Amino acid sequence: MKIRLTVNGETQDAEIAPRTLLVHFLREELGLTGTHIGCETSLCGACTVHLDGKAVKSCTMFAVQADGCDVRTIEGMGEADALHPVQKGFWEEHGLQCGYCTPGMIMATSALLAANADPSEAEIRHALEGNICRCTGYQQIVNAVQHAARSMREVK
Amino acid sequence: MALKPVMIGARIKRREDPRLIRGLATYTDDLKLHGMLHAAFVRSDYAAGRIVKIDAKSAMQMPGVVAVFSFDDLRGNVGATPCWVVLPGMNHAPHPLLADGEVRYAGQPVAVVVARDKYAARDAALAVEVEIDSRDAVVDPEAALRPGAPLVYEQFGTNLAVRISNPHADTERLFAEAAGSVSLRLVNQRVAPVPMEGRAVVAHWDEGPQKLTLWTSTQTPHACKQNVAICLGISELHVRVIAPEVGGGFGQKIPSYGEECLLPWISRKLRRPVKWAETRTENLAASAHGRGHVTYVEAAYDKHGKVLALRGRTVAEFGAFASMLGALIPTFTHLLAVGPYTIRASSWETDAVYTNTMATDAYRGAGRPEAAYAVERVMDAVAAKLGLDRVELRRRNLIQPGAFPYHAPTGAIYDSGNYQACLEKAIAKFDYAGAIAARDRARAEGKLAGIGVATFTEICGLGPSTGTAAPARAGFWESAELRVEPTGAVTVMTGASPHGQGQETAFAQLVGDAFGIDIDSVNVVHGDTDRVTHGVGTFGSRGLVVGGTAVHMAAQKILAKAKRIAAHLLDTTEERVNVESGVFSVIGGARKLSFADVASAAHTWGIAIPGEEPGLEAVARFEPTGTTFPFGAHFCTVSIDKETGQLALERFVSVDDVGNIINPLLADGQRLGGIIQGLGQAMCEEVRYDENGQLMTATFMDYAMPRASMFPRIELDSTCTPSPLNPLGAKGIGELGTIGSTPCVVSAVLDALAPLGVTHVDMPLKSEKLWRLIQSAQGTR
Repeated sequence: MKIRLTVNGETQDAEIAPRTLLVHFLREELGLTGTHIGCETSLCGACTVHLDGKAVKSCTMFAVQADGCDVRTIEGMGEADALHPVQKGFWEEHGLQCGYCTPGMIMATSALLAANADPSEAEIRHALEGNICRCTGYQQIVNAVQHAARSMREVK
Repeated sequence: MALKPVMIGARIKRREDPRLIRGLATYTDDLKLHGMLHAAFVRSDYAAGRIVKIDAKSAMQMPGVVAVFSFDDLRGNVGATPCWVVLPGMNHAPHPLLADGEVRYAGQPVAVVVARDKYAARDAALAVEVEIDSRDAVVDPEAALRPGAPLVYEQFGTNLAVRISNPHADTERLFAEAAGSVSLRLVNQRVAPVPMEGRAVVAHWDEGPQKLTLWTSTQTPHACKQNVAICLGISELHVRVIAPEVGGGFGQKIPSYGEECLLPWISRKLRRPVKWAETRTENLAASAHGRGHVTYVEAAYDKHGKVLALRGRTVAEFGAFASMLGALIPTFTHLLAVGPYTIRASSWETDAVYTNTMATDAYRGAGRPEAAYAVERVMDAVAAKLGLDRVELRRRNLIQPGAFPYHAPTGAIYDSGNYQACLEKAIAKFDYAGAIAARDRARAEGKLAGIGVATFTEICGLGPSTGTAAPARAGFWESAELRVEPTGAVTVMTGASPHGQGQETAFAQLVGDAFGIDIDSVNVVHGDTDRVTHGVGTFGSRGLVVGGTAVHMAAQKILAKAKRIAAHLLDTTEERVNVESGVFSVIGGARKLSFADVASAAHTWGIAIPGEEPGLEAVARFEPTGTTFPFGAHFCTVSIDKETGQLALERFVSVDDVGNIINPLLADGQRLGGIIQGLGQAMCEEVRYDENGQLMTATFMDYAMPRASMFPRIELDSTCTPSPLNPLGAKGIGELGTIGSTPCVVSAVLDALAPLGVTHVDMPLKSEKLWRLIQSAQGTR
């Protein structure tokens, strides 16, 4: 099947098998390996990307379902000299250890902060329910989200 | 240390992070090699049985399929799954890479399909017809020891793999003299380590140079190199193992697995690179599990509340085969049996038992959480029996600060400690008296509220290659090589291959301070056996203690030579050269040389010092003389909803002592992550098989992982008692959180349920279990 979608601002035309999962399309066809696969059942959130601005789990949706959509992955979040505030928050607050869940956490966090610029700790923990981290125990991730929220509010 | 630390002790953010937060790190599954094939495993649906038929004809006809292999293809060509610990007298059978006619656990690899893409490989794996004549399985480890139980290995006539014991001559006498005793049966349930990146392997046999390059998500690349070479029957010179970015390990990635040996064999046979990345279900079914102990423990005490002696008997689940270090785990439980207490004797016996389940091996803590859980439950039970406050009982039993190095009756030698300082600091931080008052007010309102306490120590910095580790027939030292460039930039090569701990940052801090150079002038290389000549790995809370010390030692060797060079350049004697933060000067003189000046001179060598070689590099290996013993005290408060059994953790306070800390930011990360992992075991995690050996927790739908909303903010503090066993004074931190947090929450839940007369509960503390306890307690009152 032919699909056309925008990934990190670039138009992509592709011919793919209908059953190709979005995460495999991103990783294997486009080489965007920053999006990870942690469970293949949409329960861990490592594969979280943005689809038309909403956080979705790319391991349980077909690439054809993203036809005509605007997809953003971790690679489209920031550059070395211009990190996204959420990326900065994770770095500053040691919000990651092995880094495997991190792209998904960053994508889920930026979607949260787009909807709620000043979330409480309980709201942050609730919003990250769908993302599993085995290393950090979540506390420094919460700190990272709060750091990002502060800096994004200051910019506004 | 004599150096003036600039970076050591500083909260420096990690140098690893820029690539990780931008999605630019390369994990094994991210690799794409030209002509790469994909493997998918056909795994046994049954826990026990005989393979009648493997028919791959229809699979072979499917588009994209290149080959299907089963044991018949391997016979005589490759060895078995690596196993490093075969204790004397142990019933041990080699575990084949693919089942050799018998299957012994659900999930065991039976065949492997190789195809041009992942989808084709998985489709074809489903099309391989495997007929198995199934047998009764044995799952419960205690049932496995009873006469007439189905046998995992017919040839042994028993499911007992090995009995491990650590007796003490005084135990029986102390029990006879005791004022009383308590007796408990404790289940330390089987759990899954669950690194977020599962295991993944890419093997590339290059026929020209006859060289295998194996990328694998491992904690121990050098062990893997040795294991794969032996398994394939080739020289280690033909094997290069690379652990690229590794997405967590927690012990599960210490062993070398059958898949890591099989993919190289396939690549060599097909002359193509081949990749396999396990699914989460494969990870839960066929990567090593942890814990799985049923323990009967008795404790004798005197009338003053001093615990005198322990008698323990553990049935430890081995699973269907001996994993690489599996048999080592119970020995740590025995060594740590008396915890931080002055208990005078401990006699412990463990039966390691084969069952038709996945093998167990090291999981964060590896034998020490099991010991801490048992002794903490004992302490609470003795306090209850004597009507003593649980903290007061611990105060009466903790080893005194003047007793170190402490020779425990288990044979362990505790390096240093001040348990009282740690406990008192935790009491103050938690406000123990205030918490008791609040709990009692809640109780008066009819609520179920409880306070938990745990004091603990653990065995870290593994460790000497002798003693406990000796049966592994592996060195437990660590290596470091430092190469100084002519500009003074330094490459550090460490054998302590990390998987999230942050060694690239911490080791750069050590080297930066040693030479007075910027952290950005230090590059830390790891996880490549062609670049790091030898090494052991990161596990057992050893990265900094053993690996970091090796880095420190290599730096000292370089400084010694640099000082001789500086003396020559400064026209003085070595004794008159002063070195501080990388600045070399003559005592009392004005001339100064920087580390870069000396490095430059060492390479240009216009100075030609007699008896010295040009260049500036050093290799060091640190073999510790003993293990380190970090310790801590935890307190927590919980409430339980009477109507639903729902447990709420309200506060958790941790005060620990890990000796000197290089980077507090990273240390907090290790603490917090460990504590939540320990709480995960206490509150929700459990690997469950049904009576037929079918895994019931094969996805995250059924295996309950700790999630962000389950926990309050953990409150941390620490004391500092350096270890005398290494020049850094470090004790190790990786496993600390998993030792005491688990019993602490159970202690709180039993405290909450005490008014109902409940005295026992096994983990995990799920709502249903607590609800049933509440219902039956209320029903009987």
